[in-house]
Amino acid sequence: MGIALHQIVFFVAAILIIVCSILTVTTKHLLRSATYLLIVLFSTAMLYFLLDYTFLGAAQIIVYAGGIVVLYVFSIFLTRSNKSLYAFADKGKLASAAVAAIAGGVILLMCILSHSFALQVAPTADNEVTMDIIGQALTGTGKYQYLLPFEAVSILLLACIVGGIVIARKK
Amino acid sequence: MEYTIFIVLLPMLMFLFLGLAGNKLKPITAGILGCTSLAAVTVLSYATAWQYFTMPRTAGGAYGATTVFNVQWLHFTESLHIDLGILLDPISVMMLVVISTVSFMVHIYSLGYMHGEKGFQRYYAFLSLFTMSMLGLVVATNIFQMYLFWELVGVSSYLLIGFYYQRPASVSASKKAFIVTRFADLGFLIGILIFGYYEGTFDFASVGAGTGFAGVDIMGAGRVMLPLALGLMFIGGAGKSAMFPLHIWLPDAMEGPTPVSALIHAATMVVAGVYLVARMFPLFIVYAPNVLHIVAYVGVFTAFFAASIACVQTDIKRVLAFSTISQIAFMMVAVGVCTPDGIGTEAFNEAGGLGFMASMFHLFTHAMFKACLFLCAGAIIHTIGSNEMTLMGGLRKYMPITHIAFLICCLSISGIFPLSGFFSKDEILSACFHFSPAIGWMMTLIAGMTAFYMFRLYYGIFWGKEAQHEHTPHEAPATMTVPLIILSTITVFAGFIPFGHFVSADGTAFTSHIEMSTAVISLTVAVVSIAIATFMYRKDKQPLADALEKDCKGLHTAAYHRFYIDEIYQFVTHRIIFGCISRPIAWFDRNVVDGFFNFLAWSTQECSWSIQGFQSGRVQQYTYVFLVGALAIIVFALML
Amino acid sequence: MEYYLIVSTVMLIAGIYGFLVRKNLLAMLISIELVLNATDINFAAFNRFLYPDHLEGHFFTLFGIAIAAAETAVAIAIIINIYRNMRSIETKDIEDMKH
Repeated sequence: MGIALHQIVFFVAAILIIVCSILTVTTKHLLRSATYLLIVLFSTAMLYFLLDYTFLGAAQIIVYAGGIVVLYVFSIFLTRSNKSLYAFADKGKLASAAVAAIAGGVILLMCILSHSFALQVAPTADNEVTMDIIGQALTGTGKYQYLLPFEAVSILLLACIVGGIVIARKK
Repeated sequence: MEYTIFIVLLPMLMFLFLGLAGNKLKPITAGILGCTSLAAVTVLSYATAWQYFTMPRTAGGAYGATTVFNVQWLHFTESLHIDLGILLDPISVMMLVVISTVSFMVHIYSLGYMHGEKGFQRYYAFLSLFTMSMLGLVVATNIFQMYLFWELVGVSSYLLIGFYYQRPASVSASKKAFIVTRFADLGFLIGILIFGYYEGTFDFASVGAGTGFAGVDIMGAGRVMLPLALGLMFIGGAGKSAMFPLHIWLPDAMEGPTPVSALIHAATMVVAGVYLVARMFPLFIVYAPNVLHIVAYVGVFTAFFAASIACVQTDIKRVLAFSTISQIAFMMVAVGVCTPDGIGTEAFNEAGGLGFMASMFHLFTHAMFKACLFLCAGAIIHTIGSNEMTLMGGLRKYMPITHIAFLICCLSISGIFPLSGFFSKDEILSACFHFSPAIGWMMTLIAGMTAFYMFRLYYGIFWGKEAQHEHTPHEAPATMTVPLIILSTITVFAGFIPFGHFVSADGTAFTSHIEMSTAVISLTVAVVSIAIATFMYRKDKQPLADALEKDCKGLHTAAYHRFYIDEIYQFVTHRIIFGCISRPIAWFDRNVVDGFFNFLAWSTQECSWSIQGFQSGRVQQYTYVFLVGALAIIVFALML
Repeated sequence: MEYYLIVSTVMLIAGIYGFLVRKNLLAMLISIELVLNATDINFAAFNRFLYPDHLEGHFFTLFGIAIAAAETAVAIAIIINIYRNMRSIETKDIEDMKH
């Protein structure tokens, strides 16, 4: 085969992402939308693995696909109502939104494809980012080290926990 | 002569005091205060007159015009400025005497007449205001000051006619008076402005008033503009003096209290027009004698018109009002028939200028006897409670003093020797005959009509069948009868004043002779008219009068309705002016002018309604707009 | 590398379209997740292909995931609250502004 395994996996992941993200936003059923989101997130994790970002892929699966989608499913069940008649806006708005979005997409694609990126590494080179490097970067205070954002994110998460409890508690 | 300032100042202060603090005073206090100040003013006026007329004359033999004060008020150019001051010359001093005397009598009379009325203090305040304005008018040093006080007099008249402001008739009468005179004053103002522009000054001193034509000076294009200016000023005077067709306000002004009618609409304010013509007389006689003759013709017509209406009125105050219009027209005719022949010579005063003296003399005597007549009418109205002659009759038994005073004044107005009216009317008739026999005979006829309708009135009130009264009529109290007695006494003796010594056309003294022919004619006509009136109206039944009334029904009705002049005015103003001019303009103003601004407001509101959608609260809409905007910017950035 | 970018662009477009079009609040949130995810792919791809020695994009993505999680949690709490008060989470029922 002239095509490497690497590329096949990439194409599979890419097809999955494209199809499922379009399905996410065009389906009437909310739960199906969440399911398609799950598939999209798994495929994204696959992409990360392809890029040799193993920790990132793992984090993606754990946090995004595992935590967030579960959260969505639970809240979908919690807020179920029988009143919803139709899931989408009226035809006019639909058409104008589609046009705007597709136009934007076309413009973006034109920009991207017409720009020549200075690629530094061939797509198939092996250059994994190990836990060691990540650990050191996260807990160091040097030039390219991310202790401060790490701590900031933990405070942010604390604030979100507290905020979520406060907002959603029973009076 | 500096004390003359108090003549104008005292009533003004009294007006301010009574106007502001009158509510806190008892009515009688306000009345006493008003009378006291007027007494002081009268004394000062007499003192001024004594001092002025005993001063030595100027070189030309005339009384000099003395300017006591002259304060520059508004300054336009070097020579054109509006001053305020006091000018004393024969006619202004005479007017001071007349005004203060009549006003004083009216003040005393009002103590009795207005007793118990609500607004007593307000009444005295307005009376003082009026007195101040009229006094200021006659002593004006320049024509703008005269105009100022002219308007003040108009305002006082408005306030006093509308004194019973809760009556709609009074309100509309006061409005009518003010509007008609104001409308005439438009002509007056235009005349003043033309005069000021061409003369370069507003002062009287420069037009030689009172200096025997010595100072008459024409600076600008005087040939056409000066007569035009004088004519326009006369229009203003015609409005104030109730000449046809601006006479409509005077009969309606009788809605005011009777002392007010006596003071304003008989003796003083209505002669302001005559006074104006007399003031401008040197200019009139030298440069615009034709305008003067127009004055005379208007006067003749008005006199005849008013006399014929007075013959059929039943409201006693209206009879007196039309009589006033007629008599003032006499004065206008007298001053209008003056001609410039013989100007500058001795004979001027007896020939061409006789009318001037006659007019002023008649002004003096008329003020006295007309005020007395009105005050008598007031006493009658006070006791009967109504103005209509049909409710009166046979009152001579109950009101002797009023009866005698009324009779004396009627005889005077008819021109019976030796009362004052005879002398003044005789001078007028002489002047008229001198000018043109036609006018002379016309005025004699009108004098006869005057005698006729006055005695018709007299018999209607004091003789004839008595009407039913709720309570027997009684004589008026002393405060009301004393002025009657004083005024009738003056009427009896005033004829013997050698008026020509004091007031004459060029200021020099002359003795006026009574022309026998004119005197005999006028006396005969008067006696015949009185006889006709006696025959027709003395008895209880009036068969001849009723028969005449039936035969000439149309004429009688027309005269009773004052020849429908009021209706014509109503038609013109309502249909033509309001309908064709005012209404379209009002429509234009409401719809186009206001409409434009309404449109601006409406369009602003519409704009804000339409952009209300931007704040819809729909986040998806916001995002959409955001997206489209960002794309647009990207596209622009890519293009450039 | 462009292929990665094309993929993320399509996901982005889908997310934007979904946000504009859907009436259910949760569906809008799901679309937001798509958008965030697309940007994460972008960062990772750029980091890997243009700057392989540095890790900025990697950590940006990592923190982006964390923040997306936090934001989702708070947003869902709010939506639960709305549901409690208005019994409905359609956009047309929460359009009334204060004034």
